[in-house]
Amino acid sequence: MTTGDGILTGDESKWRCSGCDVPLVISKVEVSYLGSSFPVDLARCPTCGLVFIPEELATGRMLDVEQQLEDK
Amino acid sequence: MDQKSLRILEEKCIQDCAPACTAGCPAHVDVKKMTAAVGNGDVSTALEAFMRAVPFPGIISHVCDRPCEDVCIYNEIGNPIAIRAIERTCVEQGSRPDFNKLRRPQRSERVAIVGGGISGLTAAHDLARKGYRVTVYESADRLGGRLWRADRNYLPAEVIEADLAVLPDLDVEVRLGTEISVPLTELRAEFDAVYVATGAGEAGVMGLPADDHGNAVVDPITFSTSIDGVFAGGGLLWGPEMHSSITSISEGRRAGISIDRYLQEVSLTASRTGEGPYESCLYTDLEGVEGRPRIEIGHPDDGYEWYEAMLEAKRCLQCECMECVKVCQYLEDYKKYPRKYVREIYNNLSIVQGTRHANRFINSCSVCGLCAEVCPTDLDMGEVVLDARRTMVEQGRMPPSAHDFALRDMAFSNSDKFAMAKNPPGSDSSNYVLFPGCQLAASSPGQVEKLYSHLTTSLSNDQVGMMLGCCGAPANWAGRSDKFDEAINRWRQELESMGNPTIVLPCSSCFQVFKTALPDIQIVSLWELLDDKEIVPEPATGEPRTVSIHDPCTTRHETGIHDSIRRMVDKIGYEVDELEASRERTSCCSYGGHTWLANKDLSNRIVERRINESDADYVTYCAMCRDFFAAKGKRTLHILDLLFEPDVDVRATRTGPGYSQRHENRARLKRHLLRDIWGETMDGDERFEEIELRMSAEVAASLDERLILIEDIQRVIEHAERTERRLVNNETGHLLAYTRPEAVTYWVEYLPTDDGAFEIFNAYSHRMEIPGSDES
Repeated sequence: MTTGDGILTGDESKWRCSGCDVPLVISKVEVSYLGSSFPVDLARCPTCGLVFIPEELATGRMLDVEQQLEDK
Repeated sequence: MDQKSLRILEEKCIQDCAPACTAGCPAHVDVKKMTAAVGNGDVSTALEAFMRAVPFPGIISHVCDRPCEDVCIYNEIGNPIAIRAIERTCVEQGSRPDFNKLRRPQRSERVAIVGGGISGLTAAHDLARKGYRVTVYESADRLGGRLWRADRNYLPAEVIEADLAVLPDLDVEVRLGTEISVPLTELRAEFDAVYVATGAGEAGVMGLPADDHGNAVVDPITFSTSIDGVFAGGGLLWGPEMHSSITSISEGRRAGISIDRYLQEVSLTASRTGEGPYESCLYTDLEGVEGRPRIEIGHPDDGYEWYEAMLEAKRCLQCECMECVKVCQYLEDYKKYPRKYVREIYNNLSIVQGTRHANRFINSCSVCGLCAEVCPTDLDMGEVVLDARRTMVEQGRMPPSAHDFALRDMAFSNSDKFAMAKNPPGSDSSNYVLFPGCQLAASSPGQVEKLYSHLTTSLSNDQVGMMLGCCGAPANWAGRSDKFDEAINRWRQELESMGNPTIVLPCSSCFQVFKTALPDIQIVSLWELLDDKEIVPEPATGEPRTVSIHDPCTTRHETGIHDSIRRMVDKIGYEVDELEASRERTSCCSYGGHTWLANKDLSNRIVERRINESDADYVTYCAMCRDFFAAKGKRTLHILDLLFEPDVDVRATRTGPGYSQRHENRARLKRHLLRDIWGETMDGDERFEEIELRMSAEVAASLDERLILIEDIQRVIEHAERTERRLVNNETGHLLAYTRPEAVTYWVEYLPTDDGAFEIFNAYSHRMEIPGSDES
């Protein structure tokens, strides 16, 4: 998973932050696993920082990267 | 695993051993490769395989004394494969490979070969190909020596001539009609090395040390004589009674190796095992193999037609062991065999930087021990794999996702939610304590209650206590010695505080854990206890039917348990149609070793393979075996179903509970037992556990598939509702929230209902960390 590498699914426009009542915006988020971290473009609340990870990302590319890192 | 233990393990696996034919051949012709190629109609590949071992293929395929056929294992079921006749077809039909292309650059050293028989010519051939300048001295007026004494119909002159034509191509200098009249020391002074292969009875003449029979005496490995740089072999060593062209070739080749090493000034003796004929260590199972008749040759002096050779070659059994691979889906799936696997595991553990490709392989074994059971040398891949897992944990390189779910399940079972140890009411010690284990309690909590009640009634002179928890097997499978020892120490202390009762075990995995980790405590299998004390409950149903018994893999060597189970099934009135792989040959359901967690596809194949071994309903005595088989539609009964349940058909088709329900069942069992037997109540639930969830069957199935528990979802909702940190969908109004209680982040899409519960629409998880996911 690299920065801005096709992980936006379009689903993010359907969600907004419930607490802050604002739409989500795409921004760089630092994700990490097993000591490796890297910036990823994710939808998040511009006010409180709550992040949105769509199901396809969690069960797809994110899982692949997790498994690759586990075998490093 | 260090290099030494790797080598010991590698050598234990005999799959790579040469088959009997190749081992028994002094020149080690790769017969398997040759017959496989001929069987495929590829005589040139076959001839190349033959000629790698034999430089004069025409001669050998006519006159070889065929030690290969004497030891061919086909002898046990019929006539051996006609290997020599197949070789002859290869020579007659195939095109000779041009080995000259592989000839090494010319060297300056000169080698004299005394004697132009087949042994001397083999040495000449090999050394010339290695680049040495070779001169052959032959006293007669043609090369070939004793070969010319053979019947010309048996060995035609043109066959000899065709084979020997290779020598001029290799620039071997031949001096015919030349008797060596000078002492060998003088000849040696002229050349850098000498090979004496003058044939039987010439040792004395040549001035070499000889034995009482006049045969030359040489080092049996290197063929060196007492004269430095002079080597001897062939008929000279054996006398006139024995004659074997293939042995002559073997000795000429081995002498050639020695001369090459001598001239390069390296060790003559290093790594020279397995030269010459030896007994094969390969095992090949012939059970069920029916011998087919040999394709006969019209006249003894004739060869096969090519199609006859092909048919005969197809008769070759292509000897191999593969005993373990044949019975194990796991070993079969990875397409190799233990000798290769142990090397891959060793390499995987040795990687400092880079991808560890064998992680999943190591975590996919069910450690059931069937491989060791069928292995001719008792190699146990399960032990190798468990050792590797412990090393991975020590190195900090065990993939966190591999065993995490099972370890958390174990932690739940050994928390106050489930674990307890109680003497019977009114007693401060016990003679017996029932330990149902985590999965029987999870799968059939009601049966555990009935069982405890039955034991307290039928063992009325004894004090029967109850102990709930997980034995620690998952930690052992996960390579987590720390967590395993922690569990074991706990049970040791609990048992001590109960007056060291005999622990009664329905689960055979628990049985093995207690048996091996706590050898000083008294254990008994529930099934043997019921059988021995004749306290088998009166079955609720006795309708006769035929069943097959699936023995759990952890009972592999527990013959007493196997017998007790069969006596009980018989007493219930059932016929048993034994599976071919039962008792010590039984296989794992894929729960063992966490195969089901590490490799779901493999797990499915394992279950499918096992449940298709018989059409009869299965009876087993492990809750997980039962639930795994039933989940794939196999009618499977736990033996407690036969004893305690009135409607066996309902029990046989029942799907086991999901993972959340397993937790719930364990907790409920403890609550019931405390209430009904000890008159106690359990401590209150945590805040999140009071959250009521609703979901469709599809969503529930998806949660189970994704190993997401109800309690995980309750945690997310409790957190989201308390902190109001959640997303809302513009179209559906659904809420989406996430939290990370420990190592996994759970996402839940939900909506509150009017009556204070929560409807769940979806849930998923990941292990990668994102900011702000920690529970607070």
